[in-house]
Order: sequence, then C-alpha cells, then structure tokens
Amino acid sequence: MEDDAPVIYGLEFQARALTAQTAETDAIRFLVGTQSLKFDNQIHIIDFDDENNIINKNVLLHQAGEIWHIGASPADKAVLTTCYNKTSDSRLVSCAAVWRMPSDWETGSHESPDDSAHNPQTLELLCRLDDSAHGNAACVLWEPMGDGKRVISLADNNALLWDLQESSTQATVSSTATLEGKGQLKFTAGKWSPHHNCSQLATANDTAIRGWDLRTMSQIYCIENAHGQLVRDLDFNPNRQYYLASCGDDCKVKFWDVRNVQEPIKTLEEHSHWVWSVRYNHSHDQLVLTASSDSRLILSNMVSISSEPFGHLVDDEELSEGEDNHQEDNKEPLKDSVVSTYEEHEDSVYAAEWSSADPWLFASLSYDGRLVINRVPRALKYRILL
Amino acid sequence: MDGEADGSVTVSEDSGRRRRVHGMLKLYYGLNEEGKTPEQPESLDPCDINGPHFDPELYLNKLRRECSLAELMDQETCMVKQIRSLDSDMQTLVYENYNKFISATDTIRKMKNDFKKMEDEMDCLSANMAAITDFSARISGTLQDQHTQITKLSGVHTLLRKLQFLFELPARLNKCLELQAYAQAVSSHRRARCVLQQYSHLPSFKGIQDDCHAIMDKLAQELRQKFRDGGSSAKDLSECVELLLQLDEPAEELCDKFLSHARSRLESDLQGLEAEIRPYPSTSALKDASARRSSSAAPVGSPTDGSPKTSSLSSPSSNTDILEFIDRGCNEFVSSLCLVITSYQELFINHAQTGELASKNIPQMANGKLHAFVDDLAARYFSLVERRIQEEKGVGDNSLLVRALDRFHRRLQAVAKLLPGSAVPNQGTEIVIRAATERVKQYLCALQSFYMDSLTDVRQALATPRLSVAGASVAGGGALLGGPASGRDAPTSLPELLSSLSASILNQIKSVLASVHLFTAKDITFSNKPYFKGEFCSQGVRESLVVSFIKFLCQSSRQFCESAGDKGGSTPPALLLLLSRLCLDYETSTISYILTLTDEQFLVQHHSPVTPVTSLCAEAREAAQKLLNHYVKVQGLIISQMLRKSVETRDWVNTIEPRNVRAVMKRVVEDTTSIDVQVGLLYEEGVRKAHSSDSSKRTFSVYSSSRQQARYAASYTPSAPMDTNLLSNIHKLFSERIDIFSSVEFNKVSVMTGIIKISLKTFLECVRLRTFGRYGLQQIQVDCHYLQMYLWRFVSDENLVHFLLDEIVGSSAHRCLDPAPMEQSVIEVICERG
Repeated sequence: MEDDAPVIYGLEFQARALTAQTAETDAIRFLVGTQSLKFDNQIHIIDFDDENNIINKNVLLHQAGEIWHIGASPADKAVLTTCYNKTSDSRLVSCAAVWRMPSDWETGSHESPDDSAHNPQTLELLCRLDDSAHGNAACVLWEPMGDGKRVISLADNNALLWDLQESSTQATVSSTATLEGKGQLKFTAGKWSPHHNCSQLATANDTAIRGWDLRTMSQIYCIENAHGQLVRDLDFNPNRQYYLASCGDDCKVKFWDVRNVQEPIKTLEEHSHWVWSVRYNHSHDQLVLTASSDSRLILSNMVSISSEPFGHLVDDEELSEGEDNHQEDNKEPLKDSVVSTYEEHEDSVYAAEWSSADPWLFASLSYDGRLVINRVPRALKYRILL
Repeated sequence: MDGEADGSVTVSEDSGRRRRVHGMLKLYYGLNEEGKTPEQPESLDPCDINGPHFDPELYLNKLRRECSLAELMDQETCMVKQIRSLDSDMQTLVYENYNKFISATDTIRKMKNDFKKMEDEMDCLSANMAAITDFSARISGTLQDQHTQITKLSGVHTLLRKLQFLFELPARLNKCLELQAYAQAVSSHRRARCVLQQYSHLPSFKGIQDDCHAIMDKLAQELRQKFRDGGSSAKDLSECVELLLQLDEPAEELCDKFLSHARSRLESDLQGLEAEIRPYPSTSALKDASARRSSSAAPVGSPTDGSPKTSSLSSPSSNTDILEFIDRGCNEFVSSLCLVITSYQELFINHAQTGELASKNIPQMANGKLHAFVDDLAARYFSLVERRIQEEKGVGDNSLLVRALDRFHRRLQAVAKLLPGSAVPNQGTEIVIRAATERVKQYLCALQSFYMDSLTDVRQALATPRLSVAGASVAGGGALLGGPASGRDAPTSLPELLSSLSASILNQIKSVLASVHLFTAKDITFSNKPYFKGEFCSQGVRESLVVSFIKFLCQSSRQFCESAGDKGGSTPPALLLLLSRLCLDYETSTISYILTLTDEQFLVQHHSPVTPVTSLCAEAREAAQKLLNHYVKVQGLIISQMLRKSVETRDWVNTIEPRNVRAVMKRVVEDTTSIDVQVGLLYEEGVRKAHSSDSSKRTFSVYSSSRQQARYAASYTPSAPMDTNLLSNIHKLFSERIDIFSSVEFNKVSVMTGIIKISLKTFLECVRLRTFGRYGLQQIQVDCHYLQMYLWRFVSDENLVHFLLDEIVGSSAHRCLDPAPMEQSVIEVICERG
C-alpha cells in the first residue's frame, strides 16, 4: 500500500514556532508563528483536509514582534500564547502574551482565501505575561488537559506559574521558582508533566534537566550532564509517568526514567546535527518524532520502552506479514527502530508536532518557512493497531 | 649353444695349462672335450685353418689371390713353425699317457694281494668277540643277587637321613632363628612341612610338627615385627615380605601393611613439600624478586620506570622457586613412589604370578590396591603442585616454570612406565595443560596492563610538555600561518610517541610469544602431546593470547570514545588521534604481521575455526574510524564552544563599528592550524577537490559579495521575501546536503573538513538565534571574511567553506534590524590589517 505523499506548505517568512491546536479534536489544525524583523509577523492557521490532501491557510497578524514560541490553549480553541521579541530603542526585549483569535477568522477565509492574505485580521491581546523583574521569556506552557486557566512561563532563570482570570484577560503570578547557581543560568526549554495530577514540571538549562514540584515550587530531581552539550527540548511519555525524552546539541535523543537519573535507559544517535525537538505521539508512545538542524525529521519506533513493549497483544491472523506472525509466535519485544527519515526540508528543522486530531499525522517546520505534513507509514500504523 | 660352448671352454681353461694344450689338440682333431662336434658358425668357414670344414685347396687359392709374394713367404714359414710345434706337443702327450698306464697296472696288482690278507684277519676277530660275549653273560649272572641287596640298603640309608633331618629340624630352626638366617629356616621348614603333615598321626612326628610350628610362629612374629619397624631397608623389607608370603601369611594384609608403611614415608615427603608452599615473607623472597627484576627488565624494554611492573612480576613470597620445589617433589616423592611401586610389584605381582599364589587372584587384588594407593597419593601430590603453580603469578621468567613443568612431567613418565594403566600421567599432563593455559591468561593480563601503562605514559608525555609551550604559541600567534608551525602542539612529536608505543607493544608481544614458545620447545617432554601441538597453539596462544589482546586493544580504544563522549573530554584529543593511527596501522600491517609471526612460531594447524585476520582487521579499522570520528567531534566541539560563547555573550544590536577581526576568530584560526599540524604529523594529506585557479580570498569576495548583495537587495523590497527563499533554495538544490557529524576518511584533509564543518555549522545556528544591528552584521561579515581567508586551505572542497560562511552572513543579514553591509574593500583592509 502506497503511503500518501507529504504535503508541503511554504510560508513567506522564516519561522521557528509551531504548535497543534490542542483544543481542536476534529479538524487537523496547526499554528505557525513567523519570524521577521522587517515586516509584521503572522500566525498561520493551517488546516489540513485529510480527504483531499489539501491545505487551507488563514493568516492572522501578530504585530507585537517576531515569534519564538507558540502555545495553544488546551481548553479554548481561540486562545493561544506566544513568546516574541520586540525592539524598542535599539534594545531587544522578549515578552510573552495571551491572545485570542478573532471569532470570524474562519468565515472570512472560506469566502475568499486570497483576501485573507492581503487583509489579515489581527489577534486580540488578552493579557501580557510580563514581569520585567523576571527577565526574558523563553517559552510558555499550558497546563496539559487543564481548563486553560494556568500557564507557566520560563524567563531566564525563573519559572512563573500564572493564574488566568476573567476569561484570560488578567494574569497573576501565583508562585515562582528560581534556579540558583553560578553564572548566568537560563532555562532553554520546559515541559509540564501530564502525570501526577499535573503537579510536575521539567526544565532544561544548559546540559542539565531538572524536575520541579509545582505545589512547593521546589526541585525534585536533577539530571546533571544529561547531554554532552546544550539540552534543546523535552517531552513526557503520555502513558508512562516517569519516562522522559530529551534531545540536544550532542546529536542525541535520550530517554530517561526520572527515578534513576544516573543513566539514560536508551540513547538514539541518528541525527548528524543538533536535535531541536522531540515529541511523543499522544496515543502511541512508541512513536517518537525528532527534528534536527541536519534538515531531517526522524520518526522512531521505540517499542522496548513504550507502554506496549510486546506490541498489541491481540494479533490479527489475517495479517500475512511474516514478521507479524513471527512476533505472535515468540511474544518477544519488537526491535526499536527508525521508522522513517523525512528529507523534505532543506534547512534546519526547528519544530515538529503531532496533530491533536489525528494520531497518525504530524507537521514539521524548517527555518526557511517550509511546513511539511506527513503521516505514519501505513504498514506500521496497521501493525500497531491490529 | 654358443654360450654353452664358451662355458665349457672357460672351465677347461681353469683346470690348468696342460688341459688347455690338450683342448687345442682336440680342436685340431675336430673333437671337443665331450666328443661333440662344435657347431660354431665361424668354423663353417672353409678358409679357417683351425675350423673343421677347412679346405686346403680353397685356402691356398685364397692366399694366392689375396697375398703378395712376401706375405706368402711369411705365411709359409709361420705355418711350418706351427706344424712343428704341434708335432712336438703330440709326442709329449703320447709319452705321458703311456707312463700312466703302466703305473696304474702296477697299483691294481698290489691291491689284489692286500685284500686277501685282510679277509683272514677279520675272521679271527669275529671268533674272539663271540668268546667275550659268552664270558660277560656268565659274570652278570653271578652278581645279580648282591646288586639287589645293595639297592635296598641305599634306600634305607636315605630314609634314615630324612628322618634324622626331621628330628633335627626344631633344633636347626632354633639355631637359624638365633642367627637370624630366616631364609634358611623358612626353606628348611618348607621342605619338611608336607612330610610332617602327612605323618602327623604318628605321635613322634606330631611332636616334631608342633615344635616346628611354634618356632615358625615365633619366626613369623619376628619377621612381622621387622616389617613393621620400618627402619629396615627396602631390600630387607622385600625379603621379609617374601618370607612371610612363603609362610602363608595372608597376602592382602601384607599388601595393606606394606602400602601403609610406604604411605607414612611418602606422606612425610608430602608434608615437607606442603611446608614449602606455605608462604611467609622471608628475605629469600625479596632476594627472589630482586633477582627477577634484572630478568624482567629486558622483555619489557620500554622507557617506563620498572617499579610497578617488577612488583607485579615478582612472584608471591614463597621461599623456594618453583623449579626447586618441583625438583624436591620429584626427587623425594616421585622417586620414592617409584621405588615403592617397583618393590611392590616385584613382591606381590611379578613374584606371585610365577608361584602358586597366582591361583588366588593375588596379582589382581594387589594391583588394585596399588592403583588406589598411587592414585590417592598422586592426587595429593598434584594438589600440592597445583597450589604451588598457582602461586607462580609473575610473568617474568617463564623458562623456570617450563623447566619445572617439564621435570614434573618427565618424572611422571617413570610412573607411567611402572604402572601402565594408571591415570596419574594423564592427570599430570592435565596439570601441565592447566598451568600452561593459566600462564597464557596471565600473559594476556600482563600484556593488557602493559598496554594500559603505556597509554598512561603516552598521556603524560602528551600532557606535560604542552603546558610549557602553550604560552609560546599564543605569543607567536601572529606568524602562525606564515612560518612553519611545526611541533607547536606536540613537542614530543606524535610520530615518535606513536612509533615508540607501537614498537614497545610489539616487543612485548614478541617477548611474550617467545616465553610462551618455551612450552612447545622440542626438548620439553610434554610438547609432543597432542594438546601442545594443536589446541595450545591455535586456541591457547593464537586465540586467547594474541587475538584476545588485539581485540582488547581495539575495545579499549573504543572505550575512549564512549566514556569521554558525554562527561567532558577526559581523553586528550591528541591521544585519540594517536590511538586512531595506531589502530589503523594495526589494520594495515601489524595484525597480519603478528598473526603470521605467531603461526610461524607455533606452526599453528587450524583444526578448530580461528578468528580470521580479516575480521580482526575490520575490528581495528572500525576502532580507528571511531576514534578519528571522535577526535573530529571533540576538536570540533572545542572550537564550536568558543564560537558559541562569542556569539551568545555579545550584544549584537548595540555593537560598535567593526575595526578589527574579533580575537576569537583569530583564536579559531590558530587552533585550526595547530590541529592541522597535529593531524598532519600522523595522517597523510589526502585528496582535495581541484582548486580554482585562484583560491585566494579574492574568489570568496567576488562570489560572496555578489550573492550577498543580491540577498540584501531582495530583503529591502517588500515584495521580495519569496525571492530570498528562492535564491537560497536554488542554491541548495545544486549543493549536496551536508552531513555535519559524519564519518571522516583517514587523511588530514578529511579530518580538517569535519572539524571546520562542525565549527561553522555551530556558528550558523548561533547566529540565527540572535538579532543584529548594522554593525553587528558588519562584524560578522568581517569575521567570516577572515575565516574564509584562512580556512579554505584546510578543507577538501573550499566551496563548502564558501557555502557555510555564506549561510552565516546571509542568516545574520536576515536577522539584522538595519542591514547595511560593509564595503568589500573595507572588509579586506580590516582583515589584512588583522
């Protein structure tokens, strides 16, 4: 069975920020934030029509500055956060803010798609997550599966937990945690754990990964020298509460059990340059997506450390593939393997995201503004499902 | 027939000169000796004057026809002469024969007379003989009676003498007992025993028998006592046993006694040996160690100080060396064991087989006992020997151990000869084999630790002198590219270190091989065992020593890559480079050399599958590749780290107008140059893509500035952003994808390309994370131009540097708030000034 060809979409500007629209579970929709110093930056809402293999785009203006990070509210489709840079008096400031999309962006686009590009609507600012005392924002994290009332922003060496009130128009810092240590410490990435009643946060600074308890805002574990060089991204296994994936400038992707921080349980070395993003599939945690500045996107099948190490326990007998029968006979763990390497990008790939609506679909974004939508190969999909 | 005639002629010739003359006459008259006509082919010729078919007419005609007158005259005189001589010969013969006839007639006449006289005398003789026979018959008739009487009398006499012997027996036995002539006593008693037994119903005989029994019991008692005492010599002992056996003493008991007696003596030997094993630190042990030091220094042969090695080489302090120990064991235990075996066999087995004891299954029983006895004691001996051998941990002097083992094995052969079915020699051989394999293992360990020590030395050599030169290198940084920068980074010269390292390893391997080779020397008794001929050579030496060592070498090298990978580069990069070269050398030549050497020395016959050279080579190559990749990674990381810090820590928006190349770029070029020198010391140059005719900075400036201009121009106009993408995409279409951390080839250019790729890609990624002001961009331009001026010469394809630097400048232009590029000429001026 032939796999569908990837769908490619080109943005006019360079871009780093990509997210799936988390609250949308019917349509396959991604949000991309652009980076341009000279023009008004945009948020592209990219709808993928699975049946016709077509992309529909809508553009919203984000005039505040170039977007470094974007996050979609898990509760309200229209709400999102961005981290952006703005220049004022030849000074660069990183800010974070909560925005609301105009309610009629969708209708406008349906009538005349070309029109929306020329007269884009503007995002409505809900509130700023700024606290000048706490430095430059690196990213904003929504509470996973929450009601869209709590976000964490990472700014320099501080983690700030905000409460959003009055339908997100007011934000107050409810608690903070500060990373103390020698030199200029700076959080580079973070992830809010969906486990333990959403009470844990993992952050990366330089080569270390730290875990925080949000109730006390204190550190609970620390993986020193998790990577040989800078740690770029983290992700929690959605089904196994102690499992964590990380990636970094040493070209490696590592999988950790946070109960034992001495050694990673698994290391992948498939990329030939820094790995910028690592993402577990939301439903099938053996599928791991990594994006790297070697312009490649790699989909790995990490069965041995997934929540289903023996594959789906009911094998379909109709499936005539020899390999499957073999597994049925032995019930041995499947081999971890690279499923596929996607080479559609020609510049560094800084972000990759699974769709929140279709677990077999993902998007990746490279610096030159190219967004590529791919699917998990069908053979693998059926092997996992059946 | 021709031969036959010839034969006859020769025979006749042998019998004398007269006969020959005779023969010639016969020929003349046409007869041969047998009276037959000779049918020789030449005699058919009628012109042959000696032939039977001679025709005078033909002959004369022939002569007349063929010969001149003078010849005819000569012929005639010759012929007349011959005729004359023949006539005279004939006369002599006739005369001789006549005389013989006369003397023969006389002799016959004389014989007739003599025979008549003899007949008369014979008649007389026969008459006399008849008379003598008659007389003789008469005499024997008269003497008959007396003869029978005499026979009877002599019979009585013998009986009486026997009786006397019997009656005297107790006294005699007593006397023998007094004189301790036990053998005589026993033989006397044996002679009398049956008779006494037979006539024991007569009271007198019964008394004698009882007396004898009493005496003999006493005697036996005494013998047993003597036997038990043990002080007596082996000969005495055997005599005792022999006598006791003859006295119907139960053989089994005797065997046991004999053996237990022997056991006590052998056990004291064993205890003596055991006492020697018990280690205690004595002065002799220290002496031992110091004596060994001198011998061990030679095979090590490295410049390292000997202290750690000698301590490992000196054996644990037992007070004698192994050869002495084995000697003592052989001389005391094994030789007395042999003695015991011989005398025992002599007594109980060989002796018994001939005598009446054989019927009682005594040889079998005795044999069984002997085997059990020998096995038991030998097992204890072996355990002692093994304990002693295990203490022999030092690998300094193998010959001592081999000689000891040889002696041990040789002496056991004596036991084997004496006791054919015994398992002892096999066990001995097994001990030798175990010792040999153990030894091989120790050698492997020694080699491994030697290798690790050598590496530590190399590490020190790399680390210490560099500190002193590091300062100088910074000072001389300005001229680093002009003058020869040789040896800046590795004063102790990497090639020298490499060659000394590989030579010392090779030497060590050779000396170990030589030591191990002692096990298979021809004069060693166990060397012709199948194990030492086959398995020891192939599995022991080749596989578990040589191959294991090579594998260890590769593996430990690979570990340098893994351990140092994450937790900071604990391994100095130069060591990585050196090891990679070492592994590569192993792949190309050393492995096959070592294995060939081993195969030749040990005449390895590969019965079992052995590791082929190719797989070892592949492993070495893999290790070399990994090390070199790691080297590139580490060096690239050092430079990238420098670049990253320099980009991250600066405020690029509010920087001042560039006047100089930033110091960090100079540092990058400096470091790259020193890496280049370092790599160049160990690796060949490698192939570059052909340079464009003018590979200088000018190529870059034209190329890059035109492209940059295009980019900036595009960025100014609002409609253009697609064009920028288009431009860079088109460019990318035509350039191959660059793998940043990829495998490198084994040459300098490839290594340098790898390092520069990593560094520049880092630079690019860092630039993309920053925002630049006008002067920030210009600074990047200057820096990139400077890098271009110097880096192109290191890489295989200068377009690669072009491309990456272009990307950097392009990206920073994109990230610039006020992109106003600097004039190319100004950039050049700044760079040249720097």
